[in-house]
Amino acid sequence: MMRRIGPGLLVGAILVVLPFWIPSNWQNLLISTFYYAYLGQAWNLLGGYAGQLSLGHAAFFGVGSYTAAVLAIHLGLSPWIGMFAGAVLAVLLSQGIGYLGFRFGLRGFYFILLTVAAAEICRLVALHLPILGGYTGLFIQFRPDPWRFQFKGKIPYYFVSLGFLAAASAIVWLVSRSKMGAYLVAIREDEDASEGLGVDTLRYKMLAYALSAALTALGGTFYAYYQFYLQPNTVLSLNHSVDIMIRPIVGGSGTILGPILGSFLLELMGEFSRTMFAASTAGLSVAMYGVLLVVVVLFLPRGVYPTLAGWMRRKSGAAR
Amino acid sequence: MSLLEVQGVSKQFGGLRAVHRVSFGLNQGEILGLIGPNGAGKTTLFHVVSGFLAPDEGRVTYAGEDLAGLRPHDVCARGMVRTFQVARPFLRLSVLENVVVGALERVSHRRQAVAIAEEVLALTGLADKASAPGHGLTLPDRKRLELARALATGPKLLLLDEVMAGLTPTETARLIELIRTVHARGVTVLLIEHVMKAVMSLSQRILVLSYGELIAAGRPEEIVRNPQVIEAYLGEDFGNGAEAEEPPGA
Repeated sequence: MMRRIGPGLLVGAILVVLPFWIPSNWQNLLISTFYYAYLGQAWNLLGGYAGQLSLGHAAFFGVGSYTAAVLAIHLGLSPWIGMFAGAVLAVLLSQGIGYLGFRFGLRGFYFILLTVAAAEICRLVALHLPILGGYTGLFIQFRPDPWRFQFKGKIPYYFVSLGFLAAASAIVWLVSRSKMGAYLVAIREDEDASEGLGVDTLRYKMLAYALSAALTALGGTFYAYYQFYLQPNTVLSLNHSVDIMIRPIVGGSGTILGPILGSFLLELMGEFSRTMFAASTAGLSVAMYGVLLVVVVLFLPRGVYPTLAGWMRRKSGAAR
Repeated sequence: MSLLEVQGVSKQFGGLRAVHRVSFGLNQGEILGLIGPNGAGKTTLFHVVSGFLAPDEGRVTYAGEDLAGLRPHDVCARGMVRTFQVARPFLRLSVLENVVVGALERVSHRRQAVAIAEEVLALTGLADKASAPGHGLTLPDRKRLELARALATGPKLLLLDEVMAGLTPTETARLIELIRTVHARGVTVLLIEHVMKAVMSLSQRILVLSYGELIAAGRPEEIVRNPQVIEAYLGEDFGNGAEAEEPPGA
């Protein structure tokens, strides 16, 4: 028992004391890592476990962030409460998209296109809704107060983002160990065979979509109060949907550690290419980031975590 | 009492009459064989009965309930489960996990589902492969897994679509034994099969389908003497003690 819990306790202890010892740019890097790992974990539930690839998760992110911000600005509602209103709206949206897609049998590429289209519609709506600030977006006034989800310094954000990630990972872990988890994986592997074995495929896909959308929306609230600025062409963009899905894919989709490892790796790669190349030529750092990404995908097609786990198994097998 | 009642079922794909006005009943505790040339509509009939396809006309009644509008998982929940002609294991899951998915039809907790799955794996002779991944199985094992997953759901009626195809005679004999065991436990069986030895020895009654229509029904010994069946499916040599284990086209 100690051998299994021991490393976890050690990692936990390091994560708790770490922010007090590192410079603020490193704090930013870790916050960003946790936060994208969190979004990746939310995406992972639908895309990784249930195998329903969504390239439109920015929609739920946008609904979550805008809802919490608008409720706070106009009604003075704490984002801690508003974030759940955003999650409810995101769930409703996911059920609408899911019903259209799953009920009418859209699979694979066609489902992906549907999710892209839904997110684009959300972006266009946000661009033209005055209450959301239209093209210029929403600015959130900085008034430090934990109840307003606004903190002084990076350290509180560090712990909030770490808490979000831990909670999402726990939820995904619990789901993966449950009947729902077994059914989602079965649906990913073979939908018709699952249906024949008693799996209500429509219901479980809708459930996975709802949970994934709700978690993504909660993450949007964190973003709103970390950046203090929401703009449709950023938060609701296709780029952002890619950002959400790429970490679990690189890290290993359908595993708990995949999104976390993927997020660490991509954040480090991004930072590395920025510090190495940003100063010399404009755009070179982004290009190098792309090259690194291609290399990772080429050499670790199943994702970092499954490759790593397989390698460790072989090594421990050889040692015996 | 009739467990399954199929009344005037037809299914058309474009200009193709896959199944045309087929009616039959299946009694509780029976093993009913369904034979016929390739393309006769056997698998289509399975799709309709198990809820994967809606019939164009006709009715399927199971345990007195009309199955119209029910999806396959509803049908499975009522105790009717089918296997697929081409085995469809969940490739990236272990054999045990494959069977657990079926067992979760009966129980909600993983631990209980694992217990059921282990029992079914022992019954089907897959216990030593429990941790092997689905993609690593040989054809006979895939066929067994297909059967094991279906059994794990706790069926009252088992629809088997060519579970013997491609097996050696030894493997076939083992599978016949297994189906007998399952039947002895009170499971009613409807089986599509080209392996005549299996159909003849297992079935109490046999239905013959040709070009979507039911051309004969009766006890195995009646079926092998039926001139229409000989012409449409079995071939002239079958009755003469020839070693025709599988008729042409199987």
